[in-house]
Order: sequence, then structure tokens, then C-alpha cells
Amino acid sequence: MTDTLTPVLSANWADPKAWTLGAYQRRGGYDAAAKALKMTPAEVMGIVKDSGLRGRGGAGFPTGMKWSFVPQDNPNPKYLVVNADESEPGTCKDMPLLMASPHTLVEGILISSYAIGVHTAFIYCRGEVLHVIRRLQQAVKEAYAGGHLGSNIYGSGFDLDIIVHAGAGAYICGEETALLDSLEGRRGQPRLRPPFPAVAGLYASPTVINNVESIASVPSILAHGAAWFGSMGSEKSKGYTLYSLSGHVKRPGQFEAPLGITLRQLLELSGGMRDGHELKFWTPGGSSTPILTADDIDIPLDYEGMAAAGTMLGTKALQCFDETTSVVRTTLRWVEFYKHESCGKCTPCREGNWWLVQLLTKFEAGKAVEGDVDKLLDICDNIGGKSFCALADGAVACVTSAVKKFRSEFEAGYKTPAWELFPYERSALFDVEGGAK
Amino acid sequence: MSGHEFQSYFPDSGSIDYSDTSTAIDEAALAELRELAGRYPQPRSALLPMLHLVQSYDGRVSPAGVKACAEILGITEAQVSGVATFYTMYRRRPGGDHHIGVCTTSLCAVMGGDILLDRVSKRLGIHEGEVTPDGAFSLERLECNAACDFAPVMMVNWEFMDNMTPAKAEEMIDRLVAGDKVSSTRGAELTSWREAERVLAGFPDGRANEGPAAGPASLLGLTIANEKGWAAPDQAPPLPEVAPEPAVPAAPEAKPASVRRTRKAQDK
Repeated sequence: MTDTLTPVLSANWADPKAWTLGAYQRRGGYDAAAKALKMTPAEVMGIVKDSGLRGRGGAGFPTGMKWSFVPQDNPNPKYLVVNADESEPGTCKDMPLLMASPHTLVEGILISSYAIGVHTAFIYCRGEVLHVIRRLQQAVKEAYAGGHLGSNIYGSGFDLDIIVHAGAGAYICGEETALLDSLEGRRGQPRLRPPFPAVAGLYASPTVINNVESIASVPSILAHGAAWFGSMGSEKSKGYTLYSLSGHVKRPGQFEAPLGITLRQLLELSGGMRDGHELKFWTPGGSSTPILTADDIDIPLDYEGMAAAGTMLGTKALQCFDETTSVVRTTLRWVEFYKHESCGKCTPCREGNWWLVQLLTKFEAGKAVEGDVDKLLDICDNIGGKSFCALADGAVACVTSAVKKFRSEFEAGYKTPAWELFPYERSALFDVEGGAK
Repeated sequence: MSGHEFQSYFPDSGSIDYSDTSTAIDEAALAELRELAGRYPQPRSALLPMLHLVQSYDGRVSPAGVKACAEILGITEAQVSGVATFYTMYRRRPGGDHHIGVCTTSLCAVMGGDILLDRVSKRLGIHEGEVTPDGAFSLERLECNAACDFAPVMMVNWEFMDNMTPAKAEEMIDRLVAGDKVSSTRGAELTSWREAERVLAGFPDGRANEGPAAGPASLLGLTIANEKGWAAPDQAPPLPEVAPEPAVPAAPEAKPASVRRTRKAQDK
């Protein structure tokens, strides 16, 4: 039986100057990379495959298997691109990781690149996080100076360059093929697949795109072994992961635990909901994952548990809203997000999210008319699954799940504005005058 | 009016502003733009960083900046402006010395972000998307900025301002107006939006060592685990003593022995 919380990625975050190479090495940093580079690339890939590590960016695809799709006989250079475009509403795990311990990612990139046969790797970080980018830039510079990057690393003959790249504000660039277009200096719009990036990705060359947390998990797997990783978590959702608790909880924050912990356990650790309030609804992994209610807090937070509950583990962004919160208001605001972030390539998404916003605005104002709930669902039907990427599916999921769980609240929007049913100032942490509550 | 004229929903959409041809892009700036293009396997990959650099010089994506990027990368100006108008961080008109963003995506909005945006807007006397007449501040409504455990969140020059309240926001603005030093809650001392853009372009400002490693919310789980003696198998909470910082980063082979201890024996 493993402990309730298992800090691995976050274990060093409280260390003095944790972000520096010196602090990282005092904890054994880059030992795993040195160990890996003495093995064959196939052995390293085998360990990551055996560990059962699955993508931590939302989709949960097995990381080692993704690597193995890269054809080794393709004459073009191979690339590794780390997706640090963390923008899914509610998601806030990769930015603290990169700010506190950027070397964990750099070491993970070194090991992963060696396994895949990559000599140029990119960290595509969203642009709106200046200090995270500073820390990444410095970590890469330190890693070159320390001999962890560059040519003939540790005398192994292996060469690797890492380029830190700042985005410029576009949620869609977290979608892996849009990210590639963006990294090629274009508008970030998703590509039609196939071909998949493993075959024709960046510069039409074989490319692996992984989330920050996935790659950052690799050094610990190399250090302690696949069995160690698999000793945590559940049968098909192995290992530890970062859960981000936010919203009306007493103490929001990051919790690193084996996959399969429940929201009830996390809420107990964080002191529960704020005083005098109770949980109404929550997202398991960002706004694109269908919402759940207080009835669902004992379901294991792993890939299978959440799928069985009709939702997705996503990014493990647990946004908790209490009973003061209007579901109509939060749904509208999320759909406004998708409308704003739609890249405009596919008509159902570009136009459909616009329509959803118009209709939801009427619900919020109490000006919807009888039958508009069904119209809302009908529009969703015409958006979901009809675009190149999953952005619109996320928008649809947040609307349909909200209607499914709180239909009467939407129907109330035929008569009464949401702000009358749920006075908005009650949800805020401070009153309208700005004083603390 | 036929009723069919195109009306854009987005307040700041359309072309970059060709009526303002002012520029500060000189030979040194062109050399830096070329340097960025040289950092990538294919030069066009540098376009996003190059546009960040253009903004650091010109306070916006200027016509001269578009032309410079197009010439260096061997692409058309239309291709450059097509990219420049896609991403929200690129401005068509000059921003303020300090660029303030308030997150109003669902979670931050519900927890007070809407009130915060309203109060900041009133304090600055401008709406979102506008710049104060003296050019000191610009204001923007932000989408989720990946700091939800610190909600409500504000960004100033893309530095985190965590756990904001209207009172804290107004005090911060007052101090910026007075020219006092203001630090991010999880970052460095605030410089300016233009200086931030230069770092984003890929020219570090040497401030990476400012600020904490992590905010309190980031450390919550770790703190609880340490209190309860919880850890991953074969990994113990860190020993309290801290080894002296080595003068030169040690190579992995020469690294001092790890200070990890196994905890199985003592408490299992």
C-alpha cells in the first residue's frame, strides 16, 4: 500500500533555489540521465513502456508506445517537442513544475531524446508566463554549461540541443498539430491526420509531442525502475501524478498522489470546501471534461474511473464550485473561452461556439424561451465530432454535461436571470466593495 | 446600410495599423532578428519570437517590424501579418508601459475576477482593450493563465499576481504610478511590458533567480506529505540540512552522494 501522497516531481519544490542546477544535482539530478545514456536507446524506451506511463496532458496515451511509432529508418531528423502550452481552463500543474524545477524537464528531455534518437528538442511554452520562461531559459543554459546538453554528452557520443520557444497567446496551440504549425512560424491551426506527427510532424519529419509532466516523469522512472513506478496507481493507470485543486476549497493547491486517489480524499487534505458551503459541481480535468457533482467524489481519479463516470481524467484540474455558483454562468464563460480560442479553421467550431454563446447569454439573462434547452443540445449535436481537433468537442462536453446534471437550472433561464437565482457576489472571495469576506 | 456590412465581434481585430509608421527598429534590432532566425533548424520557426522582439522595440507589431521579419525570413508581409493577427499577445496599437491582465475565465470570474476587472478598470479610468492617455497602463481581459490554485489571478507584464483582491490591485497600481518597486508574488520585480517581450523573444534579462521557487498553493501537497511522513516508495522527505552550494556545477559522475534515506525501516 502506497502513501496517500507521493511527491516525486514536487519533492524538491521547497528546496532553496530549487530551480538551479546546483540544487537539482544535490538531490541526484541528472543521475538518471547518466544511467540512461549508458544503456541502449531501445532499453530506455523499453523501461518507459514497461512503466505504463500514460500521457499527462489529457489524452492518456501510453508514452512509450507513442515513442515507438517514430520510424527509425526515416532519413529526416527526428524531433521531440514538449507541450508546455498549458491553457486548458483549470489546469495549473506544469507551470509550477517548470518554475520550481525546470531541470526535471530538461533531464527528462535528455533521456527521452536519447531513447527516440532525437538531437533537437523544443520546449513550446505558452508566452503569458514570463518567469517560467526565464527559469526555462536559464536551466537550459546551465545544462549546456554543465555538460548535460550539447555534443558528446557524458562521453556517450550522443548530441542534443534544446530550444526554448515562447508562444504568443493561443489555447489552440496546446493541440499537438496546431502547436507544430505554430512552431513552424504559422498561425496555430490543427492539421488533418493522418499523417500523424510520429511520421510527418515538425518540418514534415518524425516528431514526438509530449506533455511537460509526461516527460518530467521519465527521470524518476529511469532512476527507480518501471516496477517502482507501477507500484503506485491503479492497474491501468500507473504511477503518480499532479492533481490541481482549485475553486471554493479551503486550501487550493497541488497534490502529487498515486493515480486513483479520490476527490473526497483530496478535499479532506485541503480542509474541505470553504466554511459554510458545500460542493455543487466540479471538473476532473479542465473545462473540456464533462462536469461531475458531489455524488461522484468517491470515484477513483484515474483514466478508467473517470471514463466509467462518463467523463475524462484530462489534466487532473479539479475545479470545485460550491452551491452559490450558477452553472449557467460558468458554462457560458467556458463557452466564451472556446469561442475566443477557436482557430476558425472548421466551420462547426467557429460558428457553433458563436451560436452557443448567443444562446447561453440569453439563458444567463433569463431571456431564453421554452425549448431553448433542446436547441442548445441540438447545436451541440451539430458541433461535436465535426472538426479537425477536439476544441469544439470540449466546448460541447461542458455544455451537454451541465445540461444533463442541472437541466432545471437552464430551464429557470426561461424566466429568471442567473444572477438573481445565484447572486454573483456570493461566489466571490471578496464583496463588491473589495473587502474580504 | 444594406445590413450586410461585415462587423467583427473582436474589438481589436483587422489589419495591423499601417497609418502609424513610426519605428525604433535599427541595425542592432535587425541583427537581433537575424540572430533569432538563426537559432532554429528552419528560420521561419523564429517568427513568433521575432514578433515578440518587434513589440519590445516598437510597442506593437509595426509595419516596419512586419517588413523586417518578411525580408529576413523570405516570406511575404501578408504571411507575417497573418501570423501577427492570429495570436492575442501581439498588439496592433501600442500598449502601456505596464500591461495588466485580469483573468475572467469561469473559475477566476466566479471567485472575484469579474469584480476585480471592474475595479481595476475604474481605477485606471479605461476599459479592457484600452490604454491610459499617459501611456502608463493598458488593460486586458485574460483567458485562463494556468494559476487557478491562486485564483483570482491578475498578470502584470506577464508576471503572476496571485490571490488578488481589489484592494491589493489598487495598491499595486498606486505604487506603480508612484514609481515604487513592485514585485510579482511568484516572479521578479516588475520591469515593463516591453522588457518582458524581449525576454519572451529569447533574450534573457538575468532575473531568473528572483522570486520564490513556488507559491504556497504549489507547496500545499508537499507540505502535508512531509508533515505526515508520506512519500513515494523508497523516497523519504528531504533531510533538513542543506549541502553548501558548489562553486561550479558538478558533473554527474563527481556529484556528492545523494542525501536520500530510505524510510521503510523507520516508520513502516
